[in-house]
Order: sequence, then C-alpha cells, then structure tokens
Amino acid sequence: MPGDFTRADVERIARLARLELTEHEKDLITPQLSSFLAYAEQVQAVVTAGVPPTSHPLGATGSWRDDVARPSLPREDALSQAPEADVANGLFKVPRVLG
Amino acid sequence: MALDTAREISDAIRASTTSATDVCQAALDRIRAQNDTIHAFHTVSADLALSQAAALDARPDDWPQLPLLGVPIALKDNLCTRGVTTTACSRILEHYTPPYDATVVQRLVAAGAVVVGKTNCDEFAMGSSTENSAFVPTRNPWSLDRTPGGSSGGSAAAVAARMVPIALGSDTGGSIRQPASMCGIVGFKPTYGRVSRYGLLAFASSLDQIGPLSTTVADAAATLQVMAGADPSDATSAAVPVPDYLAALTGDIRNVRIGVPRALVNEGVDPEVRTTFEASVDILRQQGATIVDVALPHSAHAIPVYYLVATAEASSNLARYDGVRYGLRVPADTLGEMYDRTRDAGFGAEVKRRILLGTYVLSAGYYDAYYLKAQQVRTLIRRDYEAALEKTDLIALPTSPTPAFLLGERTSDPLQMYLADVFTVAANLAGLPSISVPCGFTSTRLPCGFQLTGRAMDEATVLRVADAFERATPYSRQKP
Repeated sequence: MPGDFTRADVERIARLARLELTEHEKDLITPQLSSFLAYAEQVQAVVTAGVPPTSHPLGATGSWRDDVARPSLPREDALSQAPEADVANGLFKVPRVLG
Repeated sequence: MALDTAREISDAIRASTTSATDVCQAALDRIRAQNDTIHAFHTVSADLALSQAAALDARPDDWPQLPLLGVPIALKDNLCTRGVTTTACSRILEHYTPPYDATVVQRLVAAGAVVVGKTNCDEFAMGSSTENSAFVPTRNPWSLDRTPGGSSGGSAAAVAARMVPIALGSDTGGSIRQPASMCGIVGFKPTYGRVSRYGLLAFASSLDQIGPLSTTVADAAATLQVMAGADPSDATSAAVPVPDYLAALTGDIRNVRIGVPRALVNEGVDPEVRTTFEASVDILRQQGATIVDVALPHSAHAIPVYYLVATAEASSNLARYDGVRYGLRVPADTLGEMYDRTRDAGFGAEVKRRILLGTYVLSAGYYDAYYLKAQQVRTLIRRDYEAALEKTDLIALPTSPTPAFLLGERTSDPLQMYLADVFTVAANLAGLPSISVPCGFTSTRLPCGFQLTGRAMDEATVLRVADAFERATPYSRQKP
C-alpha cells in the first residue's frame, strides 16, 4: 500500500482535512508521508488475530454525574475570541453558506 | 541560603527571610537576562506575576496552607491561562486569550505558585526539538547550537537555566521526559488520568498527560501532589486516592526490583548514552535494588504504532480550528474557502503532515490496515509492560537514544525526528507513569537522562527510586 501513496492521495486527504495546500507543499508532503507509511509497514507483520484494540490506555468506562444545571462560561467570554463575532446579538458570524 | 528549589523558596518566605515579591522579581530578572539568548519563554506575564506575589505577601495567615508558596512557575504555552495569551506556539492561536484557566493552573495558583509566563514548544506539542514552534526555536542552555529537545523544550530550558525552579509540560510521546533528559533536569509524566487535562490544548487525547519539569525529584513530587486527583471537568481523570508523594521519598530502595529490557538497550543507542545508562543501573544495584532482565518484544513497533494512533487523534482534535469560534480567520467568500485558507495559513508544516497522515489512516479503505491494526499492537505493547511489571516494580531505559542534537540537524527528515521518541512513547501507549532523571554527561558535557517507568497509579514508587538515585549521584546539582 505505501508504494501506492501518491500526490492524488495527498489531494484527497487534504480535502477531507480541509487544508488548502500549495503545489510546493504537495511536492514536499507526498514523499514524506510515503516514506513514513513504508516504515509503518512493519506493523502489518505483527500477529493480532483476536487481540482487542486499545482506544484508551486504562480502560476507562466514562463517569456519571448528577444532571444538575451549572453556570456556564458567560456568553461575552465565549464570544470574546471569535473573529467578527456579533457580541451584542450573541452570534458567531461566518461567510455566506448558501448562494 | 540558596533558593534553588521550590521547597527552599517556600520555607524562606514562611521564615520571612525573603518575600514572594522578591522571589518573583528575581525570577523575572533572570528571565530578562537570558531569554533573548535561549528563547525559553514565548510570553512573560510580569505584571500578573508580581500582583500574584504581592497578594501572597499580604496574607501571611494563609502561608502554612500553601505548599508552593511563592514558587515561580512557567507553563507550556498549550495550557490555558485566563487573560494570558495561549498559542500552542501556532499562528492559528497567535492572539488567543483563553476565557478560563486549565485545572492544573487553578490548582497550582491555589497552592501559592506564581505563574511568570508561558514557554515555547513545538506547535501543538508536535515535535521532538521545539524547532516546530511557529515563532522561534529554543536553544539548549548546555550548548546553544543544540535543541533542548521537545516538545516541552521551552519549559526544560527555563528550568535548566534556573530561570524558574518548576515548569509544566505535556507529554504525549515523551515531550516532558525527552527535553528534561537533554537539558539535564527531572521530567515526570504521571499515569494517564492522574492529572486533569481540562484546559490542555488537545493533541492526542488517549496519550496526552500534564506533568512537571524541575531540578529535583522532590519538587516534581510536590508539584504532582498539588495537581493530582479527579476533576469533574475531565471525565478521563481518575477517581483514585492521591498518596503523600513527599512522604514516599524515603531514600530506601532495598527490595525494589528493576527490569532492564536488554534487547532494546543493546540497539541503536549512542555509546556514551549507553555508558551512563549502565552506570546508572549499577548505582541502583549498589543502593540495594534487584536488577532483572525483562522482555518487551512489541516495543520494537512502538514508534509506528504511536505515530499512527497519535496522528489519527490529532486529525480529529485539530478539526476544531476552523476560524469560527477562536483563533485565526482568513477571510473568504464562502464558508468552505474560509476553513481551507484559515487552516492552510494557520498550521505549520509538521502539524499539516500529522493532520494529513491521521486523516489518511482513518479514511475509508485504510482504517483497518492502519488505525485498527495500530490499536491492536498498542494492546500487545501494553500487555508486555503489564507482564514485565508483574515481576518487577519498575522498568529502566535510557530516556533518549542520543544526547541533544544540533539545531537543524533533523528538520529535513521527519522520520529521523520521530525516532528521537523511541524509548518514551511506550509509556504513553500503555498509560504508565514515567520519569527522566539526570544520569551523567557525554565527553562534550551534554546531559543524559535515565528513565524509570512504573505501574499504573504507582507514581510513589517511581518517585522514591528516582529520588534515591538523585541522592546517590551529583548530576541534578550540575548547572549549565
């Protein structure tokens, strides 16, 4: 699989990751990721039949708390770092979504 | 009386032989004198620090209850501080000022610590040299043409240069221990879940853990004491009792069993680093510890497994930086273009590489072969450690296979940089507590670190043995 890793893959995953890469970045990143994937190929040789995956190191199961209303961050604080926020009306603002 | 450690500082303030203000001012003076050369700090919060110190000086009745009374501390710049810029050393958060404090910051300040500033790091903690900071590389106080390691390189350099006695870092794959090793100080990653991650800008949520960097093991223990314990704001913080860590530092390590994974140590380690490692094992033996061979066969795959898991989690965590709620926004006509341009302009090369790699290994058709497979091998790595820690109390390894490398030496080869983490990533994959303590120098006087990894939630044994090692050796007292 790593041998198949191409510039088209970089373009595909850049779209998924919402990154607009320059042509120069694509040139640089394609061989770098290809070389890492070739290195990571060793993992395929490990026998893992029946081995459960670890997604959390100590097997945490989540924790419960009472459903009690608590104060949240004040709205002005939550909006204080937003570019172009409309603080008076309590709004995050983004460019036009529909044409 | 010397005021090098947290304990000495707090005792001196309580005895009124100095004040929190004087201690704070002295730290700020040291930072001012050295930071233009070393670039340990990205932000120095002098006014806030002096007002915190003055407030402590004004309430002597509280002093007995403040374990870190007047101790100046530095925070890695990925820990949120209310009202103080928190950038993760990324352009995308260059002007971000959090509206809240991380839980560890709240707890340290409540314990009397004085935050003097935010330290430089690799962007979003992604790197092993601090050269991925979007702003400036940090220099190693022991050799200014070398990196301090990373990603918590600014924190390590600040402590090594004695600007502050304690700094906090975050450790996802070695980012506290490796720079501590390369800067000749103590760095401690607690068990996953021991310390709340609330307010830590997330990189890889199943691996990240906050911990202290300090000149002594006792100061690391005192800092952990304040930070440890469950936090309702972090569902992964563990509801496990926190023992008295300072009381654990008895100096007695008789009957402690320490495992050495020979197969790992015998391969790819710089000869001088290996010499310091073998000497360190001998010192522990002389102190009464029993040394046994252990095998960690799957650790040979730790680096690829770590980078597959960590980048997958990072690609998800960093999706939040979209120019809407905080951080950089690059204007565009449509929402989609705004996302793409903001993220392209805001993230640096290594962060983009990791987001792309993580996106790839999670994408349809590749998930099973890469991400799921890596999670399964993670299980095998974890089981190896669990089995080894049934017959031993700790596992010893060099912290880093090499001493500090030259600035620029590895920046063009990401894979070479990743290999710097070969001995540290497994403790994160397994979630175990792990410390690096200074254990000697190379012939060109570059520090080396000795790493001890213990059982889950058994920080006390890790700290006890590290402290006994420190007492038996002169290295922690050496300054650049």
